[in-house]
Amino acid sequence: MPEPVLELREVEIRYGRLPAVRNLSLTLERGEIVGLIGPNGAGKSTTLHAVMGLVPLHSGTMALRGAPLRGRPEDRARSGIGLVPEGRHIFASLTVEENLRLGLSARRSADGTAADREWVTSLFPVIGEFAHRVAGTLSGGQQQQLAIARALIARPEVLLLDEPSLGLAPIVVETLFQTLATIREGGVSILLVEQRGALTVGFADRTHVLANAELRLTLGPGDAGDTQHLTEQLTAAYLS
Amino acid sequence: MTFLQSLIDGIGLGAVYAVVAVGIGLVFGVMRLVNFAYGELITAGGYTLALLSGAPAIVAIIVCFAVVVTLALIQERIAFRPLRGASPATMLIATFAVSFLLQNVYLLIFGSRGSTVGTLGQLNEAIAIGSLRIRYITIVAAVVGAALLAGLTFVLNRTMIGLQLRAAAADLRTARTLGVRADRVITAAFAISGVLAAAVAILLTVQSPLVTPDYGVSVTIFALVGVVVGGLDRLVTAALGGFAIGFANAFVGDLLPSSGSAYLPSVVYGLVILILVVRPSGLFASRRATAAERV
Repeated sequence: MPEPVLELREVEIRYGRLPAVRNLSLTLERGEIVGLIGPNGAGKSTTLHAVMGLVPLHSGTMALRGAPLRGRPEDRARSGIGLVPEGRHIFASLTVEENLRLGLSARRSADGTAADREWVTSLFPVIGEFAHRVAGTLSGGQQQQLAIARALIARPEVLLLDEPSLGLAPIVVETLFQTLATIREGGVSILLVEQRGALTVGFADRTHVLANAELRLTLGPGDAGDTQHLTEQLTAAYLS
Repeated sequence: MTFLQSLIDGIGLGAVYAVVAVGIGLVFGVMRLVNFAYGELITAGGYTLALLSGAPAIVAIIVCFAVVVTLALIQERIAFRPLRGASPATMLIATFAVSFLLQNVYLLIFGSRGSTVGTLGQLNEAIAIGSLRIRYITIVAAVVGAALLAGLTFVLNRTMIGLQLRAAAADLRTARTLGVRADRVITAAFAISGVLAAAVAILLTVQSPLVTPDYGVSVTIFALVGVVVGGLDRLVTAALGGFAIGFANAFVGDLLPSSGSAYLPSVVYGLVILILVVRPSGLFASRRATAAERV
């Protein structure tokens, strides 16, 4: 069995004395998409932040390609983890091109930069089209594309996506998810935090349902077929 | 002609305040830290020049830059880096502590009587055009100030470290998740602010050659006032604020009778209060300016 790209084992994260995530274990294989869904405050974003090194672990372990995952956020970015934060957090006063160049900060070598730039531009043509435009003037969907492109240009092995569909029109969300499928074909593993439960369950290889800081349920794409049953399962998980 | 003379004096003075304002604003942009110990960097430059008064000017200037930049980096490494992430109030108090500490170190080493700088003293000579007197140092200050600000603009807009500085100023946390090394960016900001402080020390010691332990304090306070007047949202407004304070000093100083020169700071601060009542976000800050555009 191949070694997982990312592995979380019995992870516990606390804000002060308050547990935000309890006893969470999950793995992410190469080219896999794993969903994390759940109500607000379930610990989804906190899990991504812990992987990125933005919040400390209280207990448990995290490993990237079998090696313990440690260090500051910039070290983790350089070791192959990319984060697309909730709310995009693009640099509004910088141009699209400058935002993209910042993504290069995580690369250890300039080799292959041109090819990767070409790749992200083919995934998100808007990046090339509006290269010299100030990023703050882009639409919400365009900003989300820029945020993903900025993370991707560093060529991460693991892409952490925090609610990428937030505030986007359904047609834009559909296009975005199609692009995520293409990104995974490029060998990138994706840990996807979402509020849109049914969409995520149907799209991801596995979807973990978090509620009240704990893993309550794991679903596969097959569970998305019966919408009513899925809703009942999710409701039961959220309320249990 | 008095107006023109004040204008010329204001340019020379304003250039110095503008450079100090940018030096403070640069560190503030990245760390949200108003470094009140910035004046002590200028003082360190002044004492270095005083110690090297007999040496060739070029040697004194190079050593001055080296000492001040090193001290700026030591400030960051020893005093401010351990407090990164602490509350703004804690950081602010730390800058006061560093300021007082360095002033007392200067007092212990050099005494309270002051040390005189002889480097580049010839720049105090003036050329006369009609009734106007233009000191060479005024011209040099304006040229050096413009060159430093242009150079900094180039670094910020055309280099990777400049881009990272701008990104860190807007959102350090996000910048770090993209692989921008916080230590490197903050060190760069302190190093550049040190370069600016050294340049100010050289310009200032020509105009006021007697260096005392609190030598850099008043210029720093005036520059900080300039930063507040100009607006802290962008370096360019901070620089313009520095120039505004320089002009205010020159014009108010000219209007006041010589017996009233002691009241110059009071009148200037009164003007500042008036400006802040009318434009609380600063004289030059854009109404739509956001915190994301500090650098």
